[in-house]
Amino acid sequence: MKKRLLYLLPIVLLGLFAAIAWIGLSPSRDPSALPSALIGKPVPSFKLTTLDPASGGLSQQDFAGKVTVVNFFASWCVPCKAEHPLLFQLGKDYNVPVYGIAFQDQTADTARYIQEMGSPYTKIGLDQNGRTAIDFGITGVPETFILDKNGIVRYRLAMPIDADRLAGEIGPLLKSLQ
Amino acid sequence: MIAEIGHYALVLAFALALAQSVLPMVGAAKGIRPWMAFARTAALAQLVFVGLSFLALVACFVRSDFSVLLVYEHSHSQQPLIYKIAATWGNHEGSLLLWVLILAFFGALVALFGENLPPRLKARALSVQGMIGFAFLAFMLFTSNPFLRLNPAPLEGQELNPLLQDPGLAMHPPMLYLGYVGFSMTFSFAVAALIEGRVNAAWARWVRPWTLLAWTTLTAGIVLGSHWAYYELGWGGWWSWDPVENASFMPWLVGTALLHCETVVEKRDALKVWTILLAIIAFGFSLVGTFLVRSGIITSVHTFAQDPARGLFILAIFIVALGASFGLFAWRAPTLNAGGLFAPISREGALVLNNLLLAVGTGTVFVGTITPMVFSILGLNPISAGAPYYGWTFVPLMAPMVLLMAIGPLLGWKRGDLPGALQRLSAAGIIALVVAGYVLHRQSGTSIWAPLGIALGVWLALGTIIEWIERVKLFRARPRENWNRARHLPRAAYGMTLAHLGLAIAVIGMTGSTAWRVESVQVMKPGDSITIGRYAYHFDGVLPARGPNYLAERASFTVTKDGKPYTILYPERRQYEVQESPTTEAAIHSSIAGDIYAVIGDRAGPDTWTVRIYHQPLVPWLWVGGALMALGGLTSLSDRRYRIGVPNRLPVVQATGA
Repeated sequence: MKKRLLYLLPIVLLGLFAAIAWIGLSPSRDPSALPSALIGKPVPSFKLTTLDPASGGLSQQDFAGKVTVVNFFASWCVPCKAEHPLLFQLGKDYNVPVYGIAFQDQTADTARYIQEMGSPYTKIGLDQNGRTAIDFGITGVPETFILDKNGIVRYRLAMPIDADRLAGEIGPLLKSLQ
Repeated sequence: MIAEIGHYALVLAFALALAQSVLPMVGAAKGIRPWMAFARTAALAQLVFVGLSFLALVACFVRSDFSVLLVYEHSHSQQPLIYKIAATWGNHEGSLLLWVLILAFFGALVALFGENLPPRLKARALSVQGMIGFAFLAFMLFTSNPFLRLNPAPLEGQELNPLLQDPGLAMHPPMLYLGYVGFSMTFSFAVAALIEGRVNAAWARWVRPWTLLAWTTLTAGIVLGSHWAYYELGWGGWWSWDPVENASFMPWLVGTALLHCETVVEKRDALKVWTILLAIIAFGFSLVGTFLVRSGIITSVHTFAQDPARGLFILAIFIVALGASFGLFAWRAPTLNAGGLFAPISREGALVLNNLLLAVGTGTVFVGTITPMVFSILGLNPISAGAPYYGWTFVPLMAPMVLLMAIGPLLGWKRGDLPGALQRLSAAGIIALVVAGYVLHRQSGTSIWAPLGIALGVWLALGTIIEWIERVKLFRARPRENWNRARHLPRAAYGMTLAHLGLAIAVIGMTGSTAWRVESVQVMKPGDSITIGRYAYHFDGVLPARGPNYLAERASFTVTKDGKPYTILYPERRQYEVQESPTTEAAIHSSIAGDIYAVIGDRAGPDTWTVRIYHQPLVPWLWVGGALMALGGLTSLSDRRYRIGVPNRLPVVQATGA
């Protein structure tokens, strides 16, 4: 009898795997929403020069005391262009400051890009060597982070923002944080 | 019109697969001969219809018919012909059609060349094959129809992903699928044997060619994929323990275990239950791979579209196929009578140990592959399993296996002479230790692992050669007898020798390239030079270049070795017409000692570029070793015992006697 049970082992293991896979396929789970090690942690400290030298530098101190959105972008990044209008909408509809960080981009190119497309950003930091991007653990551009009033990372999106996500996910989160 | 013909052929194949699943199975149970014989007709017709459908899709791609959604999404009129053709399977729907085509191909092979099989076994195996075909055709027709039309038709397509525009795409997926799907045949045979309740030496002999074919093509597919990643992705790695790479590696490991187990069933009528289980699991892992790649449950360079409906469908196929076969296993396996007995120290004993190590090795890879996914699904802290995890779990399991691989073939069946075998291997052991000492002395660090790895490879290579020498009695008999023995050794024996030798060479390559890799990233201006080891690289400059459907920046590096001219490297950075992201084309110069490998990256300033240069010692050994392993599989496959048609003449009594 005991031996018989041993022969049942494969099917039991299969059931276990299938159950987990079943949960994993539920439509509410998004495998590309990479869990960021930063979520629930304070924003990494950094210091960058800004596109507009008059605005001073950009550092984590700029985020203190308010809910903020941090968006990594680059002039050479096409999906960034696609999400650009939504950043305007985001800033306006939810009344949050959006900080831009230009990732591995030439200053002149960033300036031209902003001139063409307009700036949804409160400030634009220049991360030419990608050091700050590494500290944030980004995997590419665009990426968007949401920080709460205490500067704790609450959300990370490793892809362009789209209208559905803005209305269904990012918007409600911003409201609840405020 | 062509697309509609393709679609219609697929629907016909689907209906036919249903008939092929039911009629022969019922026929075999009730002893209705014509129903059993229908399996053959159905399997052949299946190949015709799926083949027609596949050709129709290829034709759509070749003609750049952008009214077909799939062609629009993955092709471009300026793409070279070979990439138009390869684009057929460079996407989810088309690759699935290739999958089903290969499934039908294997079914037809059994139908054509399985004359010697007992009619019942053949009918049942083909029926199971029909069920798999039915499931996947349903998956295709209901969730992933490749022939969807687009109206109005766009003028130009969106182009194949530039990373895929490479001869690798023409070779790697078809080979890999031959391997994956090939295990469906051993699976069908295992299920048929469980239904019959009989597993014996004859069964092992019938199923072995299919295992060998699957194993050989899977080996070739994995090596091709690894090579492709190595030169195309531009980071100089040949294996990254990516979940999808593992998904191809796990069936390979189980298939390797199966291959060795089948010899025990064939020669000694033992280990039957285990062999059947392995045959089921090998295909099970092929399905796991399919599931991981196509369900969207993970993201990786290999994954296709993310569509939960597809994921659920494949999961359902997976559960039904494995649930039914494991259920059948739990019911029938206890009744399979155990066969020949053997002493722990014997050829069988060594093969059991080899199987144990391979099985546990597969387990560690499986755990490493799914744990991050499971943690993420269950909402636990994210973890990842990278090279260090496998370095501490998988490698320590494989090292004793390689050690054992030299000894096992020298042991006799039933009862082996271990001291005798070790004595015959003493030369191999001594040379391996000397080599280890030499390597330890020559290398810059004091790490012990690389010398050990190299020594293992040397040990296995010499051990394998010694085994061959023993068999042909080299140095112990007259040359004429040597020659006669060498000529009359079974091809299967040569197959083993080549495959083991191949692994030995590959182990040396893996060790060298992992341990002594040198990487240098620099920002360089034309005219700059850097020196790495004995090589100096002079950056001559960057010139624009033009390909059939891309523009490129081509850099030129003049390489000198010890001050003497060595070679010129031309790495490229390509911008394709439609797709935005640029791709890198590494420039590689190979020699027996290793590769030098240059990649040009982003422009860092007006006249400066990011340049990466790698030294990859012994990497070519990996490709040579892999090729030898596949060659070994082919050689074994050509053994006359399995040769198509020949087993006809084997006495039929053997089928029941043991």
